[in-house]
Amino acid sequence: MSTHTAVKQGSFLAEVIEATPGGEQLVHCLQCGSCGGSCPSSADMEYTPRTLIAMINAGERDAVLAANTMWACVSCYSCTTRCPQNIPITDIMYTLKRMAIAEGRYSKTDAPAMAKTFTDFVEMFGRSYEVGLAIGYHAFKRWKPIELMKMGPMGIKMLFRRRMAFMPSRIRQIDQLRAIIKKAKELSAAEQEAAKAQHQPAHAAH
Amino acid sequence: MKYAYYPGCSAECNAVAYEVSVREVADLLGIKLQTIDDWNCCGATEYFSQDELTACAVIARNLALVEPQLQQLVAPCAACYLNLKKTDRLMAEHPEIGMKVNECLAAGGLKYQPGRVQVRHMLDVIVDDIGETAVRDKVVHPLKGLRLAPYYGCQVVRPIESGDSTEYPMKMDRLLSWLGAEVVDYPAKAHCCGGHMTQISEAQAFELIRRLLYSAQEAQADIIACMCPMCQLNMDGYQGRVNSYFGTDYRLPIIYFTQILGLAFGIEPKKLGFGKELVAAMPVLKAKMNDQLVASLR
Amino acid sequence: MAEKIGIYVCHCGSNIAGTVDCEEVARWAGQNIKDVVVSKDYKFMCSSLGQQMIEDDIKQYGLTGVVVGACSPHLHEKTFRAACKRAGLNPFLCQMTNLREHVSWVNADKAAGTLKAKSLISAAAERVKHQLPLEPMKVKVNPATLVVGGGIAGLQATLELADAGYHVYLVEREPSIGGHMAQFDKTFPTLDCSACILTPKMSEVGQHENVTMMTYSELEEVSGSVGNFKVKIRKKARFVNYDKCTGCGICVEKCPKKVVDDVFEAGMGYRKSIYTPFPQAVPRVPVIDTANCTWFTKGKCQVCSKVCPTNAVEYDQKDEIVEIEVGNIIMATGWKLFDSKRIPQYNYGRLPNVYTNLEFERLCNAAGPTNGKIVCRDGTEPKRIAIVHCVGSRDTDTNPYCSSVCCMAALKFGHLVLEKTKAEVFSFYIDLRTPMKDYEEFYQRLLAEGMRFVRGKVSEITDAARDPSEKGRIIVQAEDTLLGKQRRIPVDMVILMGAMEPQADAKELGLKCGISCSMAGWYTERHPKLDPVATMTDGIFVAGVCQGPKDIPASVAQGAAAAARISGMITKGEVLIEPIVASIDEEHCSGCRICNTMCPYNAIEYDEEKGVSRVISALCKGCGTCVAACPAGVITGAHFNNEQIFAEIDGILWDAKPQAAIEATA
Repeated sequence: MSTHTAVKQGSFLAEVIEATPGGEQLVHCLQCGSCGGSCPSSADMEYTPRTLIAMINAGERDAVLAANTMWACVSCYSCTTRCPQNIPITDIMYTLKRMAIAEGRYSKTDAPAMAKTFTDFVEMFGRSYEVGLAIGYHAFKRWKPIELMKMGPMGIKMLFRRRMAFMPSRIRQIDQLRAIIKKAKELSAAEQEAAKAQHQPAHAAH
Repeated sequence: MKYAYYPGCSAECNAVAYEVSVREVADLLGIKLQTIDDWNCCGATEYFSQDELTACAVIARNLALVEPQLQQLVAPCAACYLNLKKTDRLMAEHPEIGMKVNECLAAGGLKYQPGRVQVRHMLDVIVDDIGETAVRDKVVHPLKGLRLAPYYGCQVVRPIESGDSTEYPMKMDRLLSWLGAEVVDYPAKAHCCGGHMTQISEAQAFELIRRLLYSAQEAQADIIACMCPMCQLNMDGYQGRVNSYFGTDYRLPIIYFTQILGLAFGIEPKKLGFGKELVAAMPVLKAKMNDQLVASLR
Repeated sequence: MAEKIGIYVCHCGSNIAGTVDCEEVARWAGQNIKDVVVSKDYKFMCSSLGQQMIEDDIKQYGLTGVVVGACSPHLHEKTFRAACKRAGLNPFLCQMTNLREHVSWVNADKAAGTLKAKSLISAAAERVKHQLPLEPMKVKVNPATLVVGGGIAGLQATLELADAGYHVYLVEREPSIGGHMAQFDKTFPTLDCSACILTPKMSEVGQHENVTMMTYSELEEVSGSVGNFKVKIRKKARFVNYDKCTGCGICVEKCPKKVVDDVFEAGMGYRKSIYTPFPQAVPRVPVIDTANCTWFTKGKCQVCSKVCPTNAVEYDQKDEIVEIEVGNIIMATGWKLFDSKRIPQYNYGRLPNVYTNLEFERLCNAAGPTNGKIVCRDGTEPKRIAIVHCVGSRDTDTNPYCSSVCCMAALKFGHLVLEKTKAEVFSFYIDLRTPMKDYEEFYQRLLAEGMRFVRGKVSEITDAARDPSEKGRIIVQAEDTLLGKQRRIPVDMVILMGAMEPQADAKELGLKCGISCSMAGWYTERHPKLDPVATMTDGIFVAGVCQGPKDIPASVAQGAAAAARISGMITKGEVLIEPIVASIDEEHCSGCRICNTMCPYNAIEYDEEKGVSRVISALCKGCGTCVAACPAGVITGAHFNNEQIFAEIDGILWDAKPQAAIEATA
């Protein structure tokens, strides 16, 4: 990922571009609103994706990472395919989610809890585990057992039709998967350290 | 024709109707599916929200496990399909990502050469590789009179094109028309079902589901044909809750396109996973179908 | 004779001096390049003081060659050659090397830039020592001109030249001249009726004694060069005798076959299969559309022939190739409309009341299919209309450029709707561009008239209603970017402001006359600012939208400008042609004729009697293809001979390893 030469080093824009494959297109944003107009979740967002890009350009790092925009994203990719400037907007939403999680900036969403519960099970069994996810996420991570209750009737129907299993499915070579994940996390951590060092001065200025 | 096959976690339980119907239909059409040995979860969208490299590495393990003599990998689930395809693309187009992913795979004694495996969706395989003539040949119960709304969802049509429009795809429309069904012009066919938002923000997800149901009902569809377990779960599993949330009374069965294909091919409905859906399809089928088919449903 | 070379390094203000140490380059050249007797740097070498300095040095030192390191030869080669000529030095003994576009503008490192500048100066100096004095050739200019395209730009050019007393051949592909402007209802910002201001020009052209009009005709082949082009034109069979036809129109009236008119009526109306595109067509002579004519498709009918009072219908007519000779050519080939189906989320073609801008022009045109009534397909008057900007413009998936006229055309449409109906009008724009005279005032007028503006590119146009209130209407969905909110506005009609695109065969046509296209497909002008109607090929000019999107006033201005350039050449009577041409050493030519077929300009003839090939200097462009192709190596390119090129290479490699060292390692 090469940062566009015109982008000021150390800026939040440079940081987002560097963390997103294809992110260099961000500098071409026309603020046309194709993304915000396409987004099926736009009504639930504090800022439309277009506004968020304007904020990234303006260096409003704190406000961007605290926004709920990326958490309302449903990954439908309409914004990405319609963007007249080929900006990978959905992927930028993922970048912002990762930044917000890494720095614990999110507050108005349960999505990170959901993500964590989901991937914890993957790391435990190698497969996702729906019953575990429902209980673990709604009752414990999210601390909203009431949500679990609401799902009750549907859950019973699903159970009745054998569309839910109490026991998780497991892969054989879980150790292999875990070794791969461990390595990936190590490499990512090292990369984040390096990026932090590079962008530190800009943050201090805020 | 032989393909590597990635069932995806939902195939084991929630989307078992999809899984069994895919296998039945594939058998009948001469599509040999070789399941990847010891495949793991693709991480859905959840790893990408946390760490891109881990997301890619977890997915790439599956690509690396595809048997060397197979070049094509079929995934029936839209999310799995996109994850597998996107990871392959990322590795190929951004060599630095490719190298890092392979460094991770090496920790598990694996290796993947980007571009080696071509990722396909089941719909593409049936429409593009098997084709109209072969499909029409297999139809024993034409679905005359059945009004079907083809629902594509998002991640098979976007962002990576697979020979169809990203806005108004037509592949499933064509396939269903080969079965003799009446395919309704369903303008919401590539709009979003809400994805995992049913778990995070119900109000947001329910509204998206409601729009799809409303639009299908306006088009006077009997059944919505879908091609992704998440879409099916959202529209079928949550249909009751959407009704109570909005005070509506939708009763639209949400059926996998492979189940419908199997029906037209004369495969016994039980073998196709009919009955697993929460909004039952049988009453609609019995009311709408021609006598010959109805007889076969008993 | 000992060579005496002068070196002149230009700073171009800070354009070159910013990244090249010009003083150092001049000092180095003076001390290190053999035969250099004077070497100077100067802030602006192209200024009269700079030129004077060169002239004085030529006289004072008796220079035998001059090297100028400055900008591109495209800009100032003429300037410096003229300076040399004034001082008595043959202009072809002046060599320019580009230290700006090739060094300073593409490089940020001053040390590296300085080094590269030295190499280029060295190369030019070594080359100029081997250059030979040359004399330009004079060619007479044929006073006739060919104008390709009978739209407003071509019509203007035609009239300017014809009124000046020169003959013009006007070639138009369609059965009538007039172009897109003939389809329009009103013109912005003055709201003149388009036909009212266009048709007088059309009939003037049609009746002008100096104009030979060839409609329903296409450019087939161009040969020759400035001053003397030979052009073949295909006159397509009309199946109606041009001379016998009186234009009474009875054949059209009686023809039983109705066809959807996809060209003039943009698919909104019908014509017959024998037709003139519109009532004021020039000429009035109809054509038969053989693809739809019952006689041609089924061998029955012949009604047109039966009713024709002058027996002008000729079913056995064939295409005809006409050869003409002209001194200059103006390409005014116009544009085509973007295919809105390429943006599937706008549902053009699927939703019947989504129109293109051209369709809407016909819809509100008093002479159009609805007599100017703005109605939906079912005949009802729309209550609300959305106008969507940038459809196929400013979009990397379709066309990255701005089509420049759509904002104003959208305002015009807004006005017409508000004037003729009770409908509300919404304009969805990204940026409203109103830069020309009285355009911003027109925008202000529309604000006052109540046109509503939403800043946001339309994301989708759909019939996917979300609730009963949206049922049966067209929903235009966009982010109102000034609010930061998504809006869904139900409307009854949508107008897509489709982009202007180059003609499908623009590139092919350009190749025929030796001009090139930009990335987007528009014809490339010689200089974007200072020479906007000439091209890199002498004698070929461009006017109107084929050179880039523009509106009617700009097209008219370009048509007139191209005509003025040509008038000047005709008045002068002759043009100078660069003597940079190939020549064949007839003594050693084997007559293999390889060069004959390779020459892209057909400039090599074969002398059957002597069995040798010969270059026709007036046609040769000095491209060098034959020089490289000749198996015997007996063709020489003047100003680009082997000696000159090898000297240039030696010069550029001044700091490379000595020859001996290379041989030692080999």
